[in-house]
Amino acid sequence: MAPSAAAPSSTALTGVLAAAEQIILGKPQQLRLAFACLLARGHLLIEDLPGVGKTTLAHTLARLLGLDFQRIQFTSDMLPADILGISIFDRERSSFRFHPGPIFTQVVLADEINRATPKAQSALLEAMEERQVTVDGETRPLPEPFFVIATQNPTHQIGTFPLPESQLDRFLMRIALGYPDRDAERALLEGCDRRALLADIQPVLDPAILAAAQAQVRQIHVAPALIDYVQALVAHTRHAATWQHGLSPRAGLGLLAAARAWALLAGRDHVLPEDVQAVLPTVATHRLQVPGGAIESRAPEDVARLLIEAVPLP
Amino acid sequence: MKPDTTQPLTLAQTWWLLTTGLAAFVPLVPQVPIWLAALTAAVFVWRAALAWWRQPLPNRWILVLVTLAGTAGVFLQYRTLFGQRAGVALLLIFLALKQLEARTPRDGIAIVFLAYFLTLTQFFEDQSIPIAATMLATLVVATAALAALTDARTSPLPLLRRAGVMLLQAVPFMLILFVLFPRVNGPLWGLPTDAYSGLTGLSDSMTPGSINNLIQSDAIAFRVKFDGDVPPRNQMYWRGPVLTQLDERTWRPGKMIRVSALPYTPDTSSPAYRYTVTLEPHNKPWLFALELPTHLPPDSFTTTDFQLYAKKPVRERRRYEMESRIRSRHDPETLNQLASALNLPQQLNARTHSLGQSFATPGSSDRQRLQQAIDFMRKQQLIYTLQPPLMSANVADEFLFDHKRGFCEHFSASFVILMRAASVPARVVTGYQGGELNPVDNTWVIRQSDAHAWAEVWIEQQGWVRVDPTATSAPARIEQNLAAAVPAGDPLPFLSGAGLDWLREMRFRWWAVNNAWNQWILGYDPKLQRELLEKIGMQSPDWRQMTAWLAGLCGTALLILTAAMLWRRPPTDPALRQWQRFCRRLARHGLARHNWEGPDDYAQRLAAALPAKAPEISRIADLYAGLRYGRLDPVALEALRRHVAAFKP
Repeated sequence: MAPSAAAPSSTALTGVLAAAEQIILGKPQQLRLAFACLLARGHLLIEDLPGVGKTTLAHTLARLLGLDFQRIQFTSDMLPADILGISIFDRERSSFRFHPGPIFTQVVLADEINRATPKAQSALLEAMEERQVTVDGETRPLPEPFFVIATQNPTHQIGTFPLPESQLDRFLMRIALGYPDRDAERALLEGCDRRALLADIQPVLDPAILAAAQAQVRQIHVAPALIDYVQALVAHTRHAATWQHGLSPRAGLGLLAAARAWALLAGRDHVLPEDVQAVLPTVATHRLQVPGGAIESRAPEDVARLLIEAVPLP
Repeated sequence: MKPDTTQPLTLAQTWWLLTTGLAAFVPLVPQVPIWLAALTAAVFVWRAALAWWRQPLPNRWILVLVTLAGTAGVFLQYRTLFGQRAGVALLLIFLALKQLEARTPRDGIAIVFLAYFLTLTQFFEDQSIPIAATMLATLVVATAALAALTDARTSPLPLLRRAGVMLLQAVPFMLILFVLFPRVNGPLWGLPTDAYSGLTGLSDSMTPGSINNLIQSDAIAFRVKFDGDVPPRNQMYWRGPVLTQLDERTWRPGKMIRVSALPYTPDTSSPAYRYTVTLEPHNKPWLFALELPTHLPPDSFTTTDFQLYAKKPVRERRRYEMESRIRSRHDPETLNQLASALNLPQQLNARTHSLGQSFATPGSSDRQRLQQAIDFMRKQQLIYTLQPPLMSANVADEFLFDHKRGFCEHFSASFVILMRAASVPARVVTGYQGGELNPVDNTWVIRQSDAHAWAEVWIEQQGWVRVDPTATSAPARIEQNLAAAVPAGDPLPFLSGAGLDWLREMRFRWWAVNNAWNQWILGYDPKLQRELLEKIGMQSPDWRQMTAWLAGLCGTALLILTAAMLWRRPPTDPALRQWQRFCRRLARHGLARHNWEGPDDYAQRLAAALPAKAPEISRIADLYAGLRYGRLDPVALEALRRHVAAFKP
């Protein structure tokens, strides 16, 4: 536990979720997952249609946590410098001055990431992984916390560059928002503009407490029996004929980190198999390929169920 | 983990199945007609090509057509679809075609099982050690394929290792079953009657060159293990067919008169030799024994000319215990028989005839005439060789007077003609002479290259006396072996020359291993089984006792293996044990935990089903979760135990 800040109580964390649910209607599960992803210091990929509230979700989280927010709309003519920043010669000071790109912020919404060329995509993904940017031989750290929410269209439209499997692996979670249900949509239509609501939001958590919470996630106890379970799950994906390649060790680490964050949100100091099972659909399915090389196309929940029910608890 | 057998086969699994099919198919190729081997191979190639280029499997109707064609082919070949050979052929076709319609691991399992069965059929034709080794290899491949069907992505080497470990674990059971499974009399491996045409051995007639051909063969005729004294090498005459009747160049047996008692009386003052003969199948009824046996082996009879016959042709390896004495007393022969031992075709071998007649001066005894003949042959300085020159019908004349080069059949035949011309009854005896002692297991190995022909003459008051004319010219053949007897530079049978000692040494070892295999593995019959079991202390074992022991020992072996596996597993968490107890109790009330269900989820499900018990359930689940997954102090284990014990659903 970080000694500098007091550990936030789980009520403080659920307070964030409660506040977020006022803005994003009818999606408590997705909000919880997104928040857990942030607490686990992972990045989030949202695969969904435009207009279901991806930007609002990212923006809401940023505001509630008191974080900076930037949105990068990816296009096919985008260059790495458009994301990372560029050094420009300053005539007055007769030296180069670095103009940081939009990535130098705490919460980045990388919108329609599959519209950009692989070159631009990899600039973002490398920054995500390293948590720093190197331009003109100079390395600059990215702010803390650093959280990327990327969105991707689910259908492969013309002129898109779908993320390869190796890069999908960099995202801790992949979620879909989906249409709101009938009641939530009615409330949405009856209520006022979300953007106006957003402007009024006050942060419920300050960044120091968020950092403490992130540190606390890493302190959540993981028993040997639970590690056995995670290993059994990973091993099953590697041996079963259902998938071409199993989960990587990175996926196993991600599974454990996400399960810890989930346990913290549930107010527990240890991880239960249920936590692993809860995050499994979002952590595992985008890293699995069916035989033939395609990414899993079945609903993540169905795939996860297949996996969960095949592996008994040790 | 439960294997998913409805998923399509992966490429690796397809290759495994093809390998298994090939491993089962290739050793069977010599057993099946060429067209069938070609058809099967073609189907394998077809499947491999489809797998290589990732093409879909062919239409069902094509398969039906090929199946019908193959079945019709088998029927035309064997005139039946049943029986051993036709059955193997049919299964082979199915094994190949099943590859073309295998889509899921479930189909793959059918292929593996078929391959297991076909592995067994390798033993139908040949039960030697190399075949057993091939079968074992096939077994490992098939078992590894079975493992690959449930585990799609493990690489071949670990799969093979896993199969090896599984087969090793099966070894105790194999041994128990082998030793104790009640045996039936008769061969375990019944052979069809057409399986013997290729066997080599002595024939029932002798023409110049017939033994010569046989001698080129390295095949083993029989093995002998002496119990006690071993006769000197020059007394090792293994008697076979006796040839009395000469028909131009060809010697044939005389009239066979079967007798049930021995037609001679063994001389009890001469040394006796006890030994066990293991005779290789040779498809003829003769049994071989040292001259002359004192009793008859089971299922055999003898004849007036002292031949030993089995009641049926020897078609499987046969083991019999014998005793022989060097000397014996012979009853007077009937005139008929002596007359046939004097019979000669008159127009041939004129020079030999007149020479023989010159010995027959009135008043000379048979023994004197015999000595004259031996002296003559010695004087002629005949050369013993495996490559005698070609001779016409007057074999004896050309051999004795012109070429003077010949083989044991020339020596014996010419000698018998000479004796008959001198009015001394004589006959040719064929069989084997000598043998080779295998120092590794002290067994004498008698090979086809030890085949020999010698002579017997009838001397009044003495009976039939063995004379080996070869010994007069080439004593080394009798004293040592064939290689020592032929002139330097003459061709020799395989491996009988000097200078290949290490190879001979290896061959001795191989023979010893083969002999042990034949005696103890293939020859493990009810008698041997009983002897072995009595030796390890089982009194008069019958099948009931054996079955009881069988079950008991297999159970024990299973327990030991299970215990070993449990021993290697980490000890069960005591909290988990309590939790399992709790879950079992609820399972009896139809609320079984799914094996993947975590404590929290299960507790919620239970609470919904048993609302009255909800607090108790949640306390147990919390204690268990805290102990197993959290950092709850282990003293809470006692509380968990108490709660679980007190819980009544």
